[in-house]
Amino acid sequence: MAGIPHDHYEPKSGGEKWLHSRLPVVGLMYDTLMIPTPKNLNWMWIWGIVLTFTLVMQIITGIVLVMHYTPHVDMAFASVEHIMRNVNGGHMIRYFHMNGASLFFVAVYLHIFRGLYYGSYKAPREVTWIIGMLIFLMMMGTAFMGYVLPWGQMSFHGTAVITGLFGAIPFVGDSIQTWLLGASAVGQPALNRFFSLHYLLPFVILGLVIVHIWAFHTTGNNNPTGVEVRRSSKEDAAKDTLPFWPYFVIKDLFALAIILAVFMAIVGFMPNYLGHPDNYIPANPLATPSHIVPEWYFLPFYAILRAFTADVWVVMFANWISFGIIDAKFFGVLAMFGSIAVMAVAPWLDTSSVRSGRYRPMFKWWFALLVVDFVVLMWAGAMPAEPPYSTISLIASTYWFAYFLVILPLLGVIEKPLAQPATIEEDFNAHYGAQAHGGKATATPAE
Amino acid sequence: MLRTLTLSTALALGLGSGAAMAAGEGHVEDFAFPFEGPFGSYDQMQLQRGLQIYTEVCSACHGLKHVAFRTLSDEGGPALPEDQMRAYAEFYEVYDATLFDGEGDFRPATPADHFPASSLAIAPDLSLMAKARAGFHGPYGTGLSQLINGMGGPEYIASLLNGYAEEPDCALEGEPMEGYYNTVFTAGGYPDACKDENGAHTVPGSWIAMAQPLYGDDVDFADGHSTELHSEAQDVAAFLMWTAEPKLVARKQAGLTGVIFLTVLAVLLYLTNKRLWAPHKNKRKD
Repeated sequence: MAGIPHDHYEPKSGGEKWLHSRLPVVGLMYDTLMIPTPKNLNWMWIWGIVLTFTLVMQIITGIVLVMHYTPHVDMAFASVEHIMRNVNGGHMIRYFHMNGASLFFVAVYLHIFRGLYYGSYKAPREVTWIIGMLIFLMMMGTAFMGYVLPWGQMSFHGTAVITGLFGAIPFVGDSIQTWLLGASAVGQPALNRFFSLHYLLPFVILGLVIVHIWAFHTTGNNNPTGVEVRRSSKEDAAKDTLPFWPYFVIKDLFALAIILAVFMAIVGFMPNYLGHPDNYIPANPLATPSHIVPEWYFLPFYAILRAFTADVWVVMFANWISFGIIDAKFFGVLAMFGSIAVMAVAPWLDTSSVRSGRYRPMFKWWFALLVVDFVVLMWAGAMPAEPPYSTISLIASTYWFAYFLVILPLLGVIEKPLAQPATIEEDFNAHYGAQAHGGKATATPAE
Repeated sequence: MLRTLTLSTALALGLGSGAAMAAGEGHVEDFAFPFEGPFGSYDQMQLQRGLQIYTEVCSACHGLKHVAFRTLSDEGGPALPEDQMRAYAEFYEVYDATLFDGEGDFRPATPADHFPASSLAIAPDLSLMAKARAGFHGPYGTGLSQLINGMGGPEYIASLLNGYAEEPDCALEGEPMEGYYNTVFTAGGYPDACKDENGAHTVPGSWIAMAQPLYGDDVDFADGHSTELHSEAQDVAAFLMWTAEPKLVARKQAGLTGVIFLTVLAVLLYLTNKRLWAPHKNKRKD
């Protein structure tokens, strides 16, 4: 890997040299695992490992579930019950998979907000950020399609609502919706293709994750100071960093063990906590649940979707300027996708030369407000679309856009950042004191 | 920042899911079931009594199509002795399309067969009913109480069976309502005469299609257990929780093992991590 100077893999024995000159796979693994990592990373840098673990867990449990699942409108629900009752350990595997989706989103939201606070999206890490956003979009698609598969009431009617969004696109909406569903309504064709894509997309995500890791291994990790690792020499770099193995692997595994203990408690003691009881009722096209709500991880974006009603002046203006093509429904869809799009282009909206929020006194507060805003949106998304919730959603949605489109560009101009440490080593030593044994300890981990 | 984020996410999770389930429901009594909480497990005798009530009363209209007879002998469930379970299965007739050279015929059920589906079209299948209803959403709509109390599905069923009452006076004016007045059931018909000027309901519950199924003394228990309505409703609700979640006991044990194992692992990793980093960290200066 390019970037921070460090020792590379040197094949020693004849066999190693033979393989290395033909396929440098051991070298690739060595360099990936031993990558110099800023030694001041805090506990918000653990979510990447949690996400990688969750992806693998979802793929493995998913593959086993597929062995017992039947993608047919008359049999899907019963086949899930078959897994829950007859398959060895099936109830645990299914509850792992079901709650694994929630773990995935908890981790990804914390991971994203970590990046937003410490400016991980800024140059030279824009590509890492964009790929991350693609992964996030794919995750949402995969989770949505997975929720359809048990073919319960919420699966069915949720699908009808979400695919209905595409019907809001002017002129071609109906055709797109029919194309997505394979029919004019949710039914067997939709179930089959969602099943197929739910199996395919995780592997696309896996591929993107590899590119994501490749990208940030090229630029090096960001860190809580936002100050780059010194690259002037190997010795300087070694003062700012420690190798990923064993220092960060053990640290991350410790965090992972705690997170999994909580996860295990949820799976063991309250596995349906994050689900909806209606999904234990088989899908019935003729009986629509009184209150259709998406899974919790979609709620913030669902709130944005519903916030822009026809009586909001922006919507009226858009309607007028587009000669009526953009109606409230389509505006809502644009706003929902737009809310992710503005996040994706954050690298070009943030004008501040300082990376980490730690040294940005004004940014800190706006960012804290963004976190609150996200929570408010999540709450508002679960509420019925009526006052006062609709007003709260509208204000919260407006702030979301304002943060990215107005506040981030302006702050860079008007804010006076605090002094940053000159090096990562300086920041680390300010917290933990200078090393007792000098630079020597870097190479020899404690026994 | 870490703490802010973690807290707000936890909060959002709780609020989100709690609110998601907060569709209006009548008052659900908090029955004490033995399977609640991380250490809960089914009471075998209670499940057997519930099975008896189901068999003698509920099964007249309702079905349990996802439940196989053989599971009545499973550990952690009603755990009927195998010969009793076989005899119980033979008591049902199932349709077998392979009999009579493919013409099909009825035959006595075997342990591998499932309970029949509902015989009455409007009577829902009860296999999963205890998971398809939620009675509890607290505290403060977070739903977190289900760690201790469960989701309130069986409580909802037992409360509903106890919830039949005389029609309120307001309903006696005008057209008689179809169905039966129940103070817990909220998804049914409701007369305009019982709404105030704002359209708000003045009496709890609504009208349900199912006539009152249990009155007390509907069955005779071999173990002489109480046959009061309240107790019968609780027993059959416990049985329906088992039909909905037959692996509950195994799941809670796995959960407990997992939590203990991961906690020990976390402690070991913490110590490893501390030792590993020690040469690079002096004591904090602050």
